Amino acid sequence: MADLSIDFAGIKSLNPFWLASAPPSNTGEQIMRAFDAGWGGAVWKTLGDPVVNVTSRFGGIDYGGKKMMGLNNIELITDRPLDVNLREIREVKKRYPKHIIIASLMTESKRDWQVLIQKCEDAGVDGLELNFGCPHGMCERGMGSSVGQEPKLLQEITSWAKAFARTPVLVKLTPNTGDIVEPGLAGVAGGADGLSLINTVKSIIGVDLERLIPLPRVANGSTNGGYCGPAVKPIALHMVAALARERGITIPISGIGGIETWRDAAEFIALGSTSVQVCTAVMHYGYRIVEDLLEGLNGYLDSKGMKSVGELRGRAISGYQEWGDLDLNYELVAAIDPTVCIGCQLCVTACHDGAHQCIFTGADDRPRPPHAHSLGLATAPKPPRLGLVAGDRVPWIDEPECVGCNLCQLVCPVAGCITMVERRKGPKETWNDRVRAGRDKISGGIRESEP
Amino acid sequence: MNCDGPSRAHAVRDADRLENELLDKKPLYTEAEARAEADRCLYCVDAPCIKACPTQIDIPTFIKKIASGNLRGSATTILEQNLLGYSCARVCPVEVLCVGDCVYTAWGREPIPIGRLQRYATETAMSGSASFSALLPRRRGAAASAMRVACVGAGPASLAFAGTMAREGHEAVIFEKGAIAGGLNATGIAPYKLHAEDAQREVEFVASLGVEVVTGIALDASDAPGRISAKKLLDTYDAVFLGLGLGVDTTLGIPGESGAGVVGATAWIERMKLSMNREQRFEIEGKTIVVVGGGNTAIDVARECAQLGAARVVMVYRRGASSMSGYAHEMDAARVDGVEFVAHARPVAVVRNVSGAVTALRVSGPRVSGTPSDVSDYDLPCDLVAVAIGQSKLREVATYFPGVELDDRGCIACDPTTGQTGHAKVFAGGDCVNGGKEVVNAVANGRDAARTLLERWSLKFARVSPSSGGQAAGA
Repeated sequence: MADLSIDFAGIKSLNPFWLASAPPSNTGEQIMRAFDAGWGGAVWKTLGDPVVNVTSRFGGIDYGGKKMMGLNNIELITDRPLDVNLREIREVKKRYPKHIIIASLMTESKRDWQVLIQKCEDAGVDGLELNFGCPHGMCERGMGSSVGQEPKLLQEITSWAKAFARTPVLVKLTPNTGDIVEPGLAGVAGGADGLSLINTVKSIIGVDLERLIPLPRVANGSTNGGYCGPAVKPIALHMVAALARERGITIPISGIGGIETWRDAAEFIALGSTSVQVCTAVMHYGYRIVEDLLEGLNGYLDSKGMKSVGELRGRAISGYQEWGDLDLNYELVAAIDPTVCIGCQLCVTACHDGAHQCIFTGADDRPRPPHAHSLGLATAPKPPRLGLVAGDRVPWIDEPECVGCNLCQLVCPVAGCITMVERRKGPKETWNDRVRAGRDKISGGIRESEP
Repeated sequence: MNCDGPSRAHAVRDADRLENELLDKKPLYTEAEARAEADRCLYCVDAPCIKACPTQIDIPTFIKKIASGNLRGSATTILEQNLLGYSCARVCPVEVLCVGDCVYTAWGREPIPIGRLQRYATETAMSGSASFSALLPRRRGAAASAMRVACVGAGPASLAFAGTMAREGHEAVIFEKGAIAGGLNATGIAPYKLHAEDAQREVEFVASLGVEVVTGIALDASDAPGRISAKKLLDTYDAVFLGLGLGVDTTLGIPGESGAGVVGATAWIERMKLSMNREQRFEIEGKTIVVVGGGNTAIDVARECAQLGAARVVMVYRRGASSMSGYAHEMDAARVDGVEFVAHARPVAVVRNVSGAVTALRVSGPRVSGTPSDVSDYDLPCDLVAVAIGQSKLREVATYFPGVELDDRGCIACDPTTGQTGHAKVFAGGDCVNGGKEVVNAVANGRDAARTLLERWSLKFARVSPSSGGQAAGA
């Protein structure tokens, strides 16, 4: 059993799994049920002056029969009176003293920030999270992402909060920005104790093709919302990693964005997250998913011989490099296992239409497509390879022409059927090495035909 | 030409028919079910399921259109290759055709339920649109060059032939000797797969393409009322397609066979589907029925009787189970329905009591299976014997059309690819050619004969290639 407890800027949590500030953390009653299920902490649904909401508020994207690959919302911050939320915070902290409550906050004036922080800390919160992320509704009033997109403003408000706060201050960042490092550094400069990211991506989830109105529909109109769920995970992973490897980011990161399984969580932690926050998966399946998060992460750490979640943290950061530092002499060639190939030939069409035309069918040799290839014949294996399942439908690969792009493996429905075999071309050489050595001019360039 | 629909004076309408007691074994999918299954399709390239389909329907394409919600396009993909794609979806033995060759099957995974998806696409699209014409627009034919074709028999082969012709702007008429068009789709398919009114609706669809269906007209030596001669057909039409099907049920030729209590299988099924009402269920309910035969018709009769409440249904087959021509998946389903199976039993007599009622079928064979030396006669007590050992061939047709000949089985001899008989203007397809195969084989025959003619007439159908099973022709 690995130690899953964490210390996030002095906030000691039983495990790294927190509910993100969102509908699942709207009330004390919900949060207590979440704690009973196993969540280590919760970032309370953003507090501020109560708002009025619209209906409907959510829109989803389904993919391949799977519901809600992505979710978009136009719900605002809490619509409940502040004193009700504060009373519930007190109650939860009294009954669950070991669990973490972080108050997400959003307001405008310096005085309001001061009062809000004071009241939340008096209610017993373990930390504060400044919501500079929401890309809908509140940003039109100068809050949320409109702060997160202005590093100077972000830094200034953070420094106000730090001046008022006794508990750690987290800054929640919006991904709706050109370079996530700028607001991240602004948070650090403002004195923040931690960063939370990503908030939702500004989006329109779809269009009602009957009414020709964007979704989610509110009467005869809609508005841009915040996109989240499994679909945004790659965007979030990049932003977390970009901050984690940045020298100037000296404070812990709470990773957010499409986390549903322990694998997702492990990836965020490996790229530098100390805690992770979950919303959409809970909205879809409920608090109970934390059981798998805990068990799965524990099992993974055990299998890797890691005694604590801290040993995993940041372990993949050094692998995130610039393109120019990648090894140009590392070569892969696809290999199809005829014993498990089912003959669907999706790899053939993917390679021919979407990649580099080097997978073929049948027993005959084939002329190589002339573009970007060395002319000549692609040689079919002799005798032809017969599959155990697919018979003579097993494709074959023109190995000298395979660029190792991986697309065939990505489309293959059979696990382990297509493997990428390593074939080193020579000692490691990067593009940056070539630039340094003056060997970065490739023939066939723009000005080659000039006299 | 009557483009509004077939002559439907005797259309099946009576909801009280006994066959309606037998509900779909594979009901229409809901939208969610269909999309879930469609999303599982791998969308194989050069897909094996297409090759396994006698009409070469582009199965992955129609399935992907279901997944996207393009149901009209999905149905069009199906119907372009197979005008009877709706009934085929419901009656095809997909287990030994497309589904059998689904890559998931060889992989040991649950294959895509192609038949049920095809039903979903065709049935939903056909019931959704105000007219059939949106599904399969009739091509702009050059009226001046329109040819006239006639079909004999209104089964799947003729419907496919006539529909293909009519879509290209030619005049197509079907003469059917019975009161109901549709062939075995209307009179013979097990009700838990397809009811007669569903088959009728499909006939209406084909008719909407411009096919005239005339019932109550039989091919004969003369042109007396209710009859039409080969000479008149050849004189009146540019081509004649023979989709005659098969003749009456073969009999056992054993003592006691003639008389009440012994029925031919196809005749009984037709009566059950079209004529018997729910009150006549007593003829089956609680009774013991012996079915003679090992083919799919025998299995159909046995399952129908079992589902209609027979106390006991026993299939009797003269050889071992492995020799049966009936499909294993159908026999498995029959066992689930409660059908018993007696192998290596040869009927020798129908036993009747003093009042003439059937009391047993006497068979010859080993009393205990596995002891073939211990052969003796024994009685299988029963109230009804259904004989399902095949149907006769309609041999007289060869005498009507000069040049049309029979093969050594008594089937009409013709080119297997084109359906061309020994007479230049006469084509044939379906059961009267193959001796009794699937609906989808009959459809392929009719379609390919039509495509052959279209190509031959080369009006503007240069792209038609029946042997390749490629895209349908046309503008």
